Amino acid sequence: MARMVTTQRKVISTVAAWLAGFLIFFPILWMVLASFKTELEAFAIPPSFLFFHWTLENYITVQERSDYVHHAVNSIIIAGGSTLIAMLIAIPAAWSMAFSPTRRTKDTLLWMLSTKMMPPVGVLVPIYLIYRNFGLLDTRAGLIFILCLGNLPIVIWMLFTYFKEIPKDILEAARMDGATIGRELVYVLTPMAVPGLASTLLLNLILAWNEAFWTLNLSTLEAAPLTVFIASYSSPEGLFWAKLSAASTLAIAPILVLGWFSQRQLVRGLTFGAVK
Amino acid sequence: MGQITLQGVEKSFGPVHIIKGADLDIADGSFVVFVGPSGCGKTTLLRLIAGLEDVTGGAILIDGRNVVDVPPAKRGLSMVFQSYALYPHMSVRGNIAFGLKMAGLPKDEINRKVERAAATLNLTPYLDRKPRELSGGQRQRVAIGRAIVREPKAFLFDEPLSNLDAALRVQMRLEVTRLQKQLGTTAIYVTHDQVEAMTMADKIVVLNGGKIEQYGSPLELYERPANLFVAGFIGSPKMNFVTGEQAKEHGAATIGVRPEHLKVERDGQGWQGTVAVAEHLGSDTFLYVDTGPLGTLTARYVGELGLSPGDQVSLTPEPSRIHRFDDSGNSIRA
Repeated sequence: MARMVTTQRKVISTVAAWLAGFLIFFPILWMVLASFKTELEAFAIPPSFLFFHWTLENYITVQERSDYVHHAVNSIIIAGGSTLIAMLIAIPAAWSMAFSPTRRTKDTLLWMLSTKMMPPVGVLVPIYLIYRNFGLLDTRAGLIFILCLGNLPIVIWMLFTYFKEIPKDILEAARMDGATIGRELVYVLTPMAVPGLASTLLLNLILAWNEAFWTLNLSTLEAAPLTVFIASYSSPEGLFWAKLSAASTLAIAPILVLGWFSQRQLVRGLTFGAVK
Repeated sequence: MGQITLQGVEKSFGPVHIIKGADLDIADGSFVVFVGPSGCGKTTLLRLIAGLEDVTGGAILIDGRNVVDVPPAKRGLSMVFQSYALYPHMSVRGNIAFGLKMAGLPKDEINRKVERAAATLNLTPYLDRKPRELSGGQRQRVAIGRAIVREPKAFLFDEPLSNLDAALRVQMRLEVTRLQKQLGTTAIYVTHDQVEAMTMADKIVVLNGGKIEQYGSPLELYERPANLFVAGFIGSPKMNFVTGEQAKEHGAATIGVRPEHLKVERDGQGWQGTVAVAEHLGSDTFLYVDTGPLGTLTARYVGELGLSPGDQVSLTPEPSRIHRFDDSGNSIRA
């Protein structure tokens, strides 16, 4: 009897989990499906789920109209560059706050996070003017800079929590063993922090890849990443759902693949603090 | 050589005085145990000696040299932590070798030393395993291996056995003592377990509230406790304390009698009481006797008397084993 109840429960929870997963995944699936439809079918009511004229036409048009590779390269450089710089700043910052906290450490951390509470649009005009005056508009350097600043608080927070998890005893053991701060970092701390570092890196990469507000406002063509590429299909002449979907599918594909292959690392990193 | 001397060592964290002036002379090659209730400052004192905390005042001499401004690694001490503090990403070999690697020793010398340390601790088959693949006792041995391989002037142990189960603790206790005798290296060992202190130490430092209450050999502490605190802390079960008329008869504010020094009889002329609880351990029996005005006294006797709760007993202290204390709790010596 008891076994039957547990089997029943298992079935129910499995179905529920799949349902929830499907619900979350559905918009992406719908986007991918729409990208293979004709413009007419894309907004037909009632919508057709699988039985439509599958076509690659949208992808061809998108590639002809705009240069996917150019935008993709920009995305890689901007997301990668801003992530790398953010990590370089955040590792020592989080390190010092986690291992030599002062009375103001908590306040500093909270202040950093508070910058994320302000809607970016609030500082759009000053930032835009500064960028214009410094010739940073539509440059990769400019976008790397702003995305790096935008994500830095989150990166520092994440690393701080991971570093906090590393037992102090181990660092003290290293000190007793004669490791200097530099060697402690290289031989003890960094290897232990790898899961945390990896998941922070990945999350920041995803955030930077998908960041749309600043990239749309501060770039037009030269430095424009894939977000701009997608947005160009929602134009004043009207929405082209199928083409927009094709562009979006192309834009998220690289990061989706990356996420897929690193999901184990990502999940382990995100639950690093939860289970010891 | 590993002679350690503390001269008026003080430590405060802000306004809180943790160590209130500690003076201590630890002879080369001796095994000294710091014991005391939690929060007494024993771990802090150890960390001050290690250099993991800075002293607020006083001097710490290692072989005559004041080391208060010397970084931990340069003091020539090694430490075994309560949590083992092994490097989780390194193999046993890597863990033991780390200190030597940091010291820049040549590779073959490191290997030789690591293998020798591993052999001493029966760790040779596990050299290539990661700490997570080891049992608690093995991890503890790796931590000890990491300490001995550097051939330090002294070992510092911070409650190293408290994470082990009871049986393993007894076994490791023996191993640590034997190893220390074999190496002849000075050892300072922190524990809150007075049984560990009594069994392992050449000399015990009893700490309470940041002050050294007494420093002496285990038997000295047992036979001649300096004050009420030491008398109550050393020995298991705890010493019985009696105040009032009975104490005055002996010219003291308080008298103390250890449970093993109370003679238990069914009919006798001693303190009369009723057995409240009898704990039968087989080899001996602990009796908790309700004596009315004297409170509950603990008595210990070897073997069985067939007493059970409710029975009337008489308790007679051995006259030569009565400890006397004055008003301020200090021992009165005749």
